[in-house]
Amino acid sequence: MSQCAAPSIDMVSNQACLLTFGQTINESTSNHIAQITQSLKHLEGVVDLVPSYTTLLVVFDDDCYDRFAIVKAIRHAIATIDPNKSTVADQREVVIPVYYHQEVGPDIDDVARHCQLSADEVIQRHHSTTYRAYAIGFTPGFAFLGNTPDELHVSRKSTPRLKVPIGSVAIAENQTAVYPSVTPGGWQIIGRTPINLIDWGSENLALIAMGDSVRFEPISKEEFLALGGQLDGF
Amino acid sequence: MAFKVIKPGLLALLQDLGRHGHQSIGLTTGGPMDEVAFRWANALLDNTPNAAQIEITFGMLSLEAQADTSIAITGADLGATLNGKSIMPWQTYPMRKGDLLAFHQPIWGLRAYLAVKGGFLCEPILGSVATVLREKIGGLTGKGDKLQKGDVLTYPTGLSHQQRSVPRRAIPNYGLKEIAVILGYQYQSFSPLERAHFFSSDYGISSNSDRMGYRLEGNAINSATKGIISEGIAYGAIQIPKDGQPIVLLRDRQTIGGYPKIGCVTRISGSILAQQKPGDVIQFTPITVDQAERERCLHMARLAQWR
Repeated sequence: MSQCAAPSIDMVSNQACLLTFGQTINESTSNHIAQITQSLKHLEGVVDLVPSYTTLLVVFDDDCYDRFAIVKAIRHAIATIDPNKSTVADQREVVIPVYYHQEVGPDIDDVARHCQLSADEVIQRHHSTTYRAYAIGFTPGFAFLGNTPDELHVSRKSTPRLKVPIGSVAIAENQTAVYPSVTPGGWQIIGRTPINLIDWGSENLALIAMGDSVRFEPISKEEFLALGGQLDGF
Repeated sequence: MAFKVIKPGLLALLQDLGRHGHQSIGLTTGGPMDEVAFRWANALLDNTPNAAQIEITFGMLSLEAQADTSIAITGADLGATLNGKSIMPWQTYPMRKGDLLAFHQPIWGLRAYLAVKGGFLCEPILGSVATVLREKIGGLTGKGDKLQKGDVLTYPTGLSHQQRSVPRRAIPNYGLKEIAVILGYQYQSFSPLERAHFFSSDYGISSNSDRMGYRLEGNAINSATKGIISEGIAYGAIQIPKDGQPIVLLRDRQTIGGYPKIGCVTRISGSILAQQKPGDVIQFTPITVDQAERERCLHMARLAQWR
């Protein structure tokens, strides 16, 4: 905590301000943001928090705070964070089972060709990395996970699909993600998970939270189907 | 008792002030596009500020009352009639069992708000009944559906009617085309010439505009930065994508994004913007955060004083 500089705070409107933690995407910045997000959750009059790679948007009740009071309250909350309480210790690891195969990952062969690897090597490299959830957004529960190994860097599809099936595991640039719901999408799809990433009935709602560490575990078609996986959707 | 939906209209949605506290998992807020009109409708009936209402976009909606109640209509004039007789927005009306309330087509503005005494009764999802079609959440079914023919919208009964109307000077002027913008922290990434363009140009509302965002068509604005690291998007943020045509992000906006932002529309001016139809023309005018605070204080004080 002590080695991280205090964020700059800029007013976005009369109900929101943006905390900026530098311009570099890395784990220590991400940890710092996760920690401050946790502490601001308990601040009265904070309506919403949107953490991302290097920033934290704080939406506040403008009946509680004006532009001076909110900055003061945030600075005070940050200053009183207990530096001995490490968030790294509380960091959760989420394991996502994935059925990697052309029938649910139609872009595997394109990715393999582009990366000059075999399809099996693409799969092996994808699941042997531990990722970090740097941001959640785009659609509820969609976690931007980084970083994929250098050999797997591939650009988005030139024409996005209009409908990406639920559970699709995809890569683009140096990131990977799972589509929590049916949406349009331009990432390269290499597999599918049978598990839900979003559940309005659960306590956490979303399986992956910002700051979590995430691993993918390859499963067979039989296991995928046994876990409730669906093969259709394309 | 309840209203029965006879004709569902183009887009009629149950809304409250929004679903807050879940943007960290990517869930948008929803809520009324015209918050000023929404707040007045609940104030007219002495409802709690968050009581659920119907946001009626464009019109073509008709409802039959199954029990006596009191309603308030604010926002756009959608040519509403009560048992065939024209009625004006920004006031309350008594409704008797069997009465037919209809909204036809926009005469002034685009979105009307229908509040009922005590508020519509609906099971909230994550603390709100706000309907978000894209995320399939909220509303009568909980699954983000707009109103359908045959839907039954229940409300508390046994509450008395009181004739009230919003003071004339407090009614927003939807003909006012100056939309107030708080200058953004990324303002510096636009050259003085680009800023001048932005504040001196006319922008037409694109037909691609919806509750997520209003797309504008006019002078393209160029940013010195191509993109930024994706960050949280506040209500009203004005994104400048690669083609330079501004997009004002509103109630159903995505939670994060990576385009530079020139500024942010306030909730009060966003309420005026949300009443503009495709093809209407607006201009932007800069204001400071303290001006926005003062404007908001005045609006809330008027509501409080009047209640």
